[in-house]
Amino acid sequence: MSRYLLDKFLFTVDRDPELVERYREDPAGTVAWWEAEQANRILNCHDGESSTWLRFDDTERAALAAHDYPTLFELGAHPFLTLTLFIAVFERDHAEPLGFQKEYAQRLSHFSLPYPDIAT
Amino acid sequence: MAELVAVIASTHHPFYHRASTSTGENRPPFADEWVRKVEAFRETLTRARPDVLVMVGSDHFHQLWLDNMPQFLVGKAPFYDANFYNEEREFGLPKMVLKGQEDLSAYVLREGLDAGFDLAFSNELRIDHSITCPIITLRPQNDLPIVPVYTNIFAPPLPQPKRFVQLGRTIRQLIESWPSDQRVAVIGTGHLSLELGGPRQFGLHGPDPQFDQKAVEWISSGDIEGCLAEVSLDSLHAPGNATHGFMDFMLMMGVAGEGRKADYVDTFDLFHTMEAYFTWYPNGAGL
Repeated sequence: MSRYLLDKFLFTVDRDPELVERYREDPAGTVAWWEAEQANRILNCHDGESSTWLRFDDTERAALAAHDYPTLFELGAHPFLTLTLFIAVFERDHAEPLGFQKEYAQRLSHFSLPYPDIAT
Repeated sequence: MAELVAVIASTHHPFYHRASTSTGENRPPFADEWVRKVEAFRETLTRARPDVLVMVGSDHFHQLWLDNMPQFLVGKAPFYDANFYNEEREFGLPKMVLKGQEDLSAYVLREGLDAGFDLAFSNELRIDHSITCPIITLRPQNDLPIVPVYTNIFAPPLPQPKRFVQLGRTIRQLIESWPSDQRVAVIGTGHLSLELGGPRQFGLHGPDPQFDQKAVEWISSGDIEGCLAEVSLDSLHAPGNATHGFMDFMLMMGVAGEGRKADYVDTFDLFHTMEAYFTWYPNGAGL
């Protein structure tokens, strides 16, 4: 269970225009590359001083690789980070304004309060 | 001593810039009324003739991150670049540069620490739409130096609501004791009920209109005690999963003072959120 690492993936991809496109086109490949090369980078440290212990579990890896944002919500990934990145990935495929955002709400409609914990 | 000439609390809707500048068939039907309301709100700041703006907002996982997350942070820099790629992408917000009022930042940090708030600081802070939205709505000429104050309403564990109120009270005391002849306005932005990334997002109204009604009443009447009696970190989940941003309104109630009625109140019921605009004049509406 590594909500922090899920959030770190969403955070680092969402802020990088090239990674957003790469994640849209090749989600499984991007997740595999990111876990191997980026997951242990401490963002404010030199690359030689990376962490050694961060990895996804199978459920997390599969959810990211499948663009499966309802499962990310269930796992407690930060909802704002998830929404922002998936708007960047999918909004362009919807003609109606806010069409993707409404579909997103619909796909989460089976959740009721209390929502999954998002504390890291 | 410096003079606190206006206290302003507002929502920060990132779609305002795009809605207000769009034309023709791209212009949403609610844009004209929204612009009218914002321009009337802007006048409440203009007439206070501020020299310096203390800007309270919250970084939305732009520069501040979970490997090093401050609860309350004060910027101390001569300039602040502003808005991020993903805000340009999603909201059409422009890149901006704001001037900083470093001597007031230094004063707030030193005196704030001594007053019991272990404030974090940043000497190189890129600010996001929680601070640039009110610049766009309230001071679009962007000609005044700022002191940014960031709060954590986003990444649990969060400070308790009462700490937001206490920080607001402290900010007011610090401004009023700042040895300067500057006229200072404090502008803080947050949310009423709001859901982002959850099943109640982007409905026809905010996710909890009843909460919004109560919140507007607490703020406009300065009912800090009533608000604190009903609002907790747990209770704020119910009106919407991003409603902890309401604690920035509570901070602004702390700046304005217990029982202090707002001199200006306006709201605007938009899709997915209630916009709300409040101004207090500490020295009376006659300024």
